[in-house]
Amino acid sequence: MQINKNIAISDSGFIFNPSTGDSFSTNQVGMEIIRLLKENLSKEEVIAGVVSKFNVDEATVEKDLADFALMLNNFQLVINHE
Amino acid sequence: MSKRQITVAVSGLNNIDSPGPGIPVIRALKESELFDVRIIGLSYENLEPGLYMRDLVDKSYSIPLPSSGTASLLERLAYINNVEGIDVIIPNFDAELHSFIKLASQLKSDYGIATCLPTQEQFESRHKSVLYQFGVDNEVKVPYSKMIFSSAEIGSLKNEFTYPLVIKGKYYDASIAATPEQAVNYFNKISAKWGLPIIVQEFVSGNEVNVTAIGDGKGNCVGAVPMRKLYITDKGKAWAGVSLDDEKLIEITNRVIGNSKWKGGCELEFIKSNAGEYYLLEMNPRFPAWVYLAVGCGQNHPEALVKMALGEDVKPFENYDVGKLFIRYSFDQIVDLKDFEKISTIGEL
Repeated sequence: MQINKNIAISDSGFIFNPSTGDSFSTNQVGMEIIRLLKENLSKEEVIAGVVSKFNVDEATVEKDLADFALMLNNFQLVINHE
Repeated sequence: MSKRQITVAVSGLNNIDSPGPGIPVIRALKESELFDVRIIGLSYENLEPGLYMRDLVDKSYSIPLPSSGTASLLERLAYINNVEGIDVIIPNFDAELHSFIKLASQLKSDYGIATCLPTQEQFESRHKSVLYQFGVDNEVKVPYSKMIFSSAEIGSLKNEFTYPLVIKGKYYDASIAATPEQAVNYFNKISAKWGLPIIVQEFVSGNEVNVTAIGDGKGNCVGAVPMRKLYITDKGKAWAGVSLDDEKLIEITNRVIGNSKWKGGCELEFIKSNAGEYYLLEMNPRFPAWVYLAVGCGQNHPEALVKMALGEDVKPFENYDVGKLFIRYSFDQIVDLKDFEKISTIGEL
């Protein structure tokens, strides 16, 4: 999964999609996931990154990442969204 | 650099909940870096708010309704010009454009008043009633549509359309009808207000995106800024919007303006379907009421239009700011009865 290159995200977690005009806000964990996705890391690497930063177990991150990815897809924030 | 002093007459001062473009155009001109503009307001009704905006409108005159014919309009403009010495006129209502286009060459030759308007053919080519053909001619998708003149024709629409469909007035208003009964209801409502014909249009599901643009009449798109409405009033008007980064939309706009050799300001209204395809819903033959967003994004379209009207070269804008918002607001002006009396009795303020 790749985040659209032109998506802007601020330090406060405000996300703006300049192609659609939609805006969203996310928390620290969402910001970290988007940052890692922007580095083109694999799903496993993203999970590892979140686990190490937020002191949370891998199974929880894997489940939450799947939910978050679905949301990013629905909001047209990823390349080749469905 | 000192600014050149010019006098520009502007109509569309109805800055109401369904606003005309006059006041945004005036704001843009007042912020011009080239011109020191004296604004002459042209009004059709005595309660148009722009009449009383003294910081923006220097002097106002009422003018006859388009239904009065071009002779009475010309006579009134000649009088106003005699007092004010108008350099440029920017008409901002769809319904008055026909008269101004007709008078454009005479205004220039007899009174020295410049305009920057589409030709009569261009103006007619993008009418809602012939928009489908306009789409074919300019290689842009347009939802299928047809004109009807009686509500009795609605029953047979099922042979060409599926519900929901869109019922549109000749100039303004559009409603989505989910059933033939609703279609009859909207037909009656809209035709009572705007007359016949009524346009029936295929409904395309997706997001509405609009472009304010300006063409030089030689096939060049001088400027274009796309916008998505973020807040829509019950009349379907944008109360807030944001500028978009959409290369495809700019490309389509360049093609439409280029192929049609459009001259002057315009607004292109599109639906971006869920499959990512763009359908042209309407092409309005004048600036939209949200044209000031273009100024906020770095493209002063009204200023460019005045330059072109004066016969000066205008270089196309190359970029604009993405992610700029406009947010409209309402404002109660306190007006002295004497001012209302003046415009009501002598037609000047």
